[in-house]
Amino acid sequence: MAAESGKIDPMHQFEVTPLGGGFNLGGHEVLFTNSALWMVIAAVALGIFMWGGMRRQLVPGRWQAAVEGFTGFISSMMMANIGTEGRKYTPYVFSLFMFILFCNLLGMLPLGVLGVHPFTVTSHIAITGVLALLSFSIVLVVGFWRHGLHFFSLFVPHGTPLPMIPFIAVIEFISFMIRPFSLGLRLFVAMTAGHVLLKVLSGFVINGFNADNIVIGSVVSVLSFTLMIGISALELLVAGIQAYVFALLTSLYINDAVNLH
Amino acid sequence: MPQIAQLTADNWYLASQLFWLLVVFAGIYVVIGRGMLPKIEATVDARDRKVADDLAAAKAAHAAADNLEESYRQQSDASRAAAQKAVADAKDKAAKDAEKRLAKIDAELGEKLAAAEAEVAAARKSAMAEIESVAAEAASELVAKLSGAKVATADAKAAVKAVLHG
Repeated sequence: MAAESGKIDPMHQFEVTPLGGGFNLGGHEVLFTNSALWMVIAAVALGIFMWGGMRRQLVPGRWQAAVEGFTGFISSMMMANIGTEGRKYTPYVFSLFMFILFCNLLGMLPLGVLGVHPFTVTSHIAITGVLALLSFSIVLVVGFWRHGLHFFSLFVPHGTPLPMIPFIAVIEFISFMIRPFSLGLRLFVAMTAGHVLLKVLSGFVINGFNADNIVIGSVVSVLSFTLMIGISALELLVAGIQAYVFALLTSLYINDAVNLH
Repeated sequence: MPQIAQLTADNWYLASQLFWLLVVFAGIYVVIGRGMLPKIEATVDARDRKVADDLAAAKAAHAAADNLEESYRQQSDASRAAAQKAVADAKDKAAKDAEKRLAKIDAELGEKLAAAEAEVAAARKSAMAEIESVAAEAASELVAKLSGAKVATADAKAAVKAVLHG
């Protein structure tokens, strides 16, 4: 946070700063940034979490049960939305879900107290957009691979009256093409808004105690701090829900591609 | 807003972001999605299968126990019926034997009775005959003493017979 002349910039937390390790890739300079660092931390944390569930005991311990809870959650979702063929796509959706979940949660860690500022990877539209495009590409590839040009029948739902087909098809096509944007934007907006809100409130807390009128300032600070606690809890919920929504919508879109309508 | 700023053309960190995202996500997909997830799912599947198998085995054992109990009951019913039949047969036979023996004894007794009766009858007949001859003799002697007339034995006998038999 840049606390210049009492002003706290809530957008500062989203800034990417280089940490070194640059090399050139096709004319673009690629640097190891704080964004990359937190992606790696998320991946390592996820790896450790999963490794704890690899004991493969018949009667699972707590850790193994937790890991199996996550895998079972995703695989039953794939089973419910796509059917037995959904198992093929479980690794992708599971990786997506866990990566987003860990990035969301790690960004919420109150490490700023220790002077380390967590970076929420999923608050960047470039990241969520690429993940959404990845899901969308899988839908397109699987759809055209399995159904060929018949995949276009996705735009004409069953039972559409003949004169309505041109209009319905256009609407369905637009809604189909909007999917990657809505998918990526939803996560990006939810994360950004939550973190901005928390940062603004924490600015209130700091500025309230620093105010000239200490009485009113303290009241504002205490109220803001109370609100922050509640919103932090809400943000933890949002972190889980947004990861779930991303995975759920991806599985539904893959279902469209696998089974058409 | 740094998130939107990176979408402009001359931004320095978009390339780094995308590069590291692809590297990290590809790593997660390969190592965790393809490597660890199937093993965990296999463990879960194996457990589910084991639970289902155990349940099936328990159900089978239960059914076998039921069958065993059923057959045991049938056997015990059958043996009880056999025992009852044996008892009834023995009773029947004993009753028949007793009846037969009784009949035999009855017949023997009847024969003895008949023989005794016949003996009695014969004795009475001979006694009767003796009485007749004695009476005839006495009658002829009486007649001879009273009237001096000799009565033929046969006449006396006939007269006695007539008196005796009415």
